[in-house]
Amino acid sequence: MSRYLDDFSLVDFTINALRVVIIVLVFWGAFNTLTLPADAGRITGEQWFDLFVAGLTQGSIYALIALGYTLVYGILLMINFAHGEIFMAGAFTTVFLATWMDKIGFLNGYPFVAIPLLIIFSGFISMIIAVLLERIAYRPLRGAPRLVPLITAIGASFFLQYTFRGLYGSGFKSYPTVDILKGSVAISGFSIPIARIFVFVSALVLMGGLYWLVERTKIGKAMRAVSEDKEVARLMGIDINFVIMFTFALGGLLAGAAGVINGLYRPQGVNFFMGFRPGIKAFTAAVLGGIGSVPGAMLGGLFLGVIEAIGPNLVMTGLGIPGPNQLQDVIAFTMLVLVLIFRPQGIIGERLTEKKA
Amino acid sequence: MTSIAAKNQQGQVQSLWKLISDESQPYHHILRMGFLAGITLLFLGLIGMLEAFNEREVIRDVVTLAQFVLFVPTFAAAYMAAQRIREEQSIGMVLVAATIIGLLSAIPTIVILLINTQVNIRDMFVHVNRDWLEIITFDNRNQLGLGIGLLLGSLGLAGLLGAVLQNLPQKIRRSVIFGLSLMLVIGVMSETVGLIMQEIFTDDFLDNFFKRDTLLLNSAIGLFVFGVALIWVPDKVRRSFVFGLVVAMVALGLRNLLLAIDSLTSIIPTSEEGFLDVFLYFLLPFVAGFAGRLYLEYGSRDSNKAKTDTKATTSTGRPIRVDLIVSIAILLVAPWIVGRALSDVMVTIGIFVLMGIGLNVAVGLAGLLDLGYVTNYAVGAYVLAVMTSTGPLGLFNSQEGVIVNFWMVIPVALLAAMLAGFVFAVPVLKMRGDYLAIATLGFGEIIGRLAVSDALAPIIGGAQGMSFIPKPELLGFTLKDPEQLYYIILVACAITLIVSIRLNNSRTGRQWMAIREDEDVASAMGINVAQAKLLAFTISAATGGVAGAIFAAKVGTVFPNSFSVIVSINVLSLIIVGGMGSNPGIVVGAIVLIGLPELLREFSDFRWLMYGALLIWMMNNRPDGLWPSQVRRRELIGDDSSPPADESPMMASE
Repeated sequence: MSRYLDDFSLVDFTINALRVVIIVLVFWGAFNTLTLPADAGRITGEQWFDLFVAGLTQGSIYALIALGYTLVYGILLMINFAHGEIFMAGAFTTVFLATWMDKIGFLNGYPFVAIPLLIIFSGFISMIIAVLLERIAYRPLRGAPRLVPLITAIGASFFLQYTFRGLYGSGFKSYPTVDILKGSVAISGFSIPIARIFVFVSALVLMGGLYWLVERTKIGKAMRAVSEDKEVARLMGIDINFVIMFTFALGGLLAGAAGVINGLYRPQGVNFFMGFRPGIKAFTAAVLGGIGSVPGAMLGGLFLGVIEAIGPNLVMTGLGIPGPNQLQDVIAFTMLVLVLIFRPQGIIGERLTEKKA
Repeated sequence: MTSIAAKNQQGQVQSLWKLISDESQPYHHILRMGFLAGITLLFLGLIGMLEAFNEREVIRDVVTLAQFVLFVPTFAAAYMAAQRIREEQSIGMVLVAATIIGLLSAIPTIVILLINTQVNIRDMFVHVNRDWLEIITFDNRNQLGLGIGLLLGSLGLAGLLGAVLQNLPQKIRRSVIFGLSLMLVIGVMSETVGLIMQEIFTDDFLDNFFKRDTLLLNSAIGLFVFGVALIWVPDKVRRSFVFGLVVAMVALGLRNLLLAIDSLTSIIPTSEEGFLDVFLYFLLPFVAGFAGRLYLEYGSRDSNKAKTDTKATTSTGRPIRVDLIVSIAILLVAPWIVGRALSDVMVTIGIFVLMGIGLNVAVGLAGLLDLGYVTNYAVGAYVLAVMTSTGPLGLFNSQEGVIVNFWMVIPVALLAAMLAGFVFAVPVLKMRGDYLAIATLGFGEIIGRLAVSDALAPIIGGAQGMSFIPKPELLGFTLKDPEQLYYIILVACAITLIVSIRLNNSRTGRQWMAIREDEDVASAMGINVAQAKLLAFTISAATGGVAGAIFAAKVGTVFPNSFSVIVSINVLSLIIVGGMGSNPGIVVGAIVLIGLPELLREFSDFRWLMYGALLIWMMNNRPDGLWPSQVRRRELIGDDSSPPADESPMMASE
């Protein structure tokens, strides 16, 4: 008996209790929701499908941002807290180009040229910001204790937010509407808005491109080598500084592209604070998929988007919590904390975080 | 043929590039500094800082803060460049180089200016407007040629002056810099200084120095001369002068304090004209303090000489005890010296000092980067709100009567925050470093979202928040004004400070330090890591709870918007700027980071920008903070007997 008492640890006990409580709550909530009588606001299959598609759309944007976190973490083992702001920088800057294109009629006249141009432009802006950030703020800190770059990144995050607030003002700016993104298509009884298909498909194309780059090209090989072991990679003749810069550039490019895609799809518009919460959520997605792993970030993003869309309605309605959709962010951040507690290596878990910690 | 020409051209470009990027060339540095200064200047304009600072006149009708700030990047760049190249170049070359830096620094701004005449870029950059144009062309918006010429000329001159200053002998340089800073600080803060001086001097008298809260040219020059002189007089005289000033301030504060208490007003003499006041409560104590201190400084010299001739003895001798007494006295009467508006700022600073000391236990002592500190603050504020509010949501009190008062709730808020800290700490105990930071950030966000949500609205008011929180009462007095609330926060800070210092020097403090340095080793040495970490989190949470409760009582309302992640970052910034683990640093950090934006509204627009820049700069250049704790400094430098002189100019100037 005393042997068991010696082994008793408050931390383990609490964590296990927490695990049980959460599982019970989730199942209880879901059960209640699904067994609601039809007249008491039961959600129909069609509505579930809509939520699922909305989640997938939001999730593909998270995935694009999450890739930037994961690439940088894979190589430098640092959380680039300012990555959400890189996403904002591209989207916020490109809104002016998009408005101008709309004014001269180019955007709706040649949407298949204009939209890729916008995406490229935004990616380029974000890329410049990311590379400058790395060069000015992070590079001198290589080899510093791990909290030092994190605090720097938090500083960079606020610096960038308020720089862009100063440059472009604090109001919301909306992307112009593009005609071809209006309306929806019907697929076997379900209707899906075209804008969502656009987001999903462009995200898939970009992610495919990235996967090809990392797995099949020489620079991708160099990136993987640096993330395995910087010193050995250097001995093999790889220019570490260039590879790190390239990684930041790649992450920035994807974030900027995600910014425009997000802007074209959401009517609320963009402002200087738009990157902060998506940034933390994308980090959640990256952790969810196993930080450092490229496919993990993609899956994690999609997964988080879907959970965030379905979770409040599925679990919280059943628990009788009013206004469940206000609590979307709570679901996302709870996911973050839970993953960090229970499975820090993520779903894919290809790399144990402890190994390099 | 063409390919050879192309190759040739390419070769030329390459060699030119080599020439520019060759770091050993002196002009490389000059180009770089000029470029950096220019980009900074353009940046300051585009983000609207120049425009905002133009509202604030440093010297009435002569110079605004914007015109001052306009020259700072160039001046600093030239100063630094001159420092670097003065060894190898002749003085003439240095001056020419500095002027070139000045001219170069004007170029980015001029380019944007010229682009703006062709294309309207205001749609994008909101601050490329008339105000900006007028600042950078010195009010010659319509004659661009003249304006650009003036900009080039003045920036060139600023560069030249920077190099000249660098080449002056050290003591002259120091005195000029001190005089200028004194003028600038008093000029910028003239509103505040005016407020303090109004307490004793009449408006007619003050009009000789300030007009509508801005410094007049004569008094600015006076201040500059005074600042220069202060560097040149002997150390002891300077110390005595400052001491006299502080004594006079204490006397002034005591007078106002007595005046504020109705029953005591009659016993102290005052006069309508104010001459008696000035004499009794300012001049007399000043002269007494000045003379007394001078006597102490010079009188005790012989006895000190007898022992040793070092400065250390003087500072450990009698004067230091006097200093301590006077410091405590000035802390006690501070709100009565500075008046109501500034007392309010001081209370805000105090709340942040309290949180800073608390968070420092987790971050500075135990090395646990907690980004969700706002959670504790929110718990404290909401506990106080729910328990004492006389509104519909108040749990115990109603309009008819107050059963539960502030003093009863403070311990409850403290315990509630400790409990919250404990609950949130247990699951994250196994996490390290950056994962811990992100997880606590997640907690902070969850609490923030929950506070706004409808789910908890029946208890804590949701987005509407809670109001009707009564002010604390003590012995029949209602502590409703900031002057009185100040004492609550002062006592809270003092207690927390003592606890923090005692903990730091205790067994627990050493355990935290060990965990901070290496968790595995600490664990192997037999330290109960989980327990020590829990203790750090809980103690730090308790302080946050008290700060939140005092905040709620001060404001009288609690809104969920007050509890965003920004509060956590704010507290973290002041810890980092002050120096992790250093308590005096936290006070300095809070005064600079919280006080400055509260006092100067121009700064408040840019406070987050500055915090961000400051965090980046600090981490890159001074990770131990501006005022590092002795322990930290010993750890970083590795030698406790003689800190290197060049390590920190701020400390060298002490």
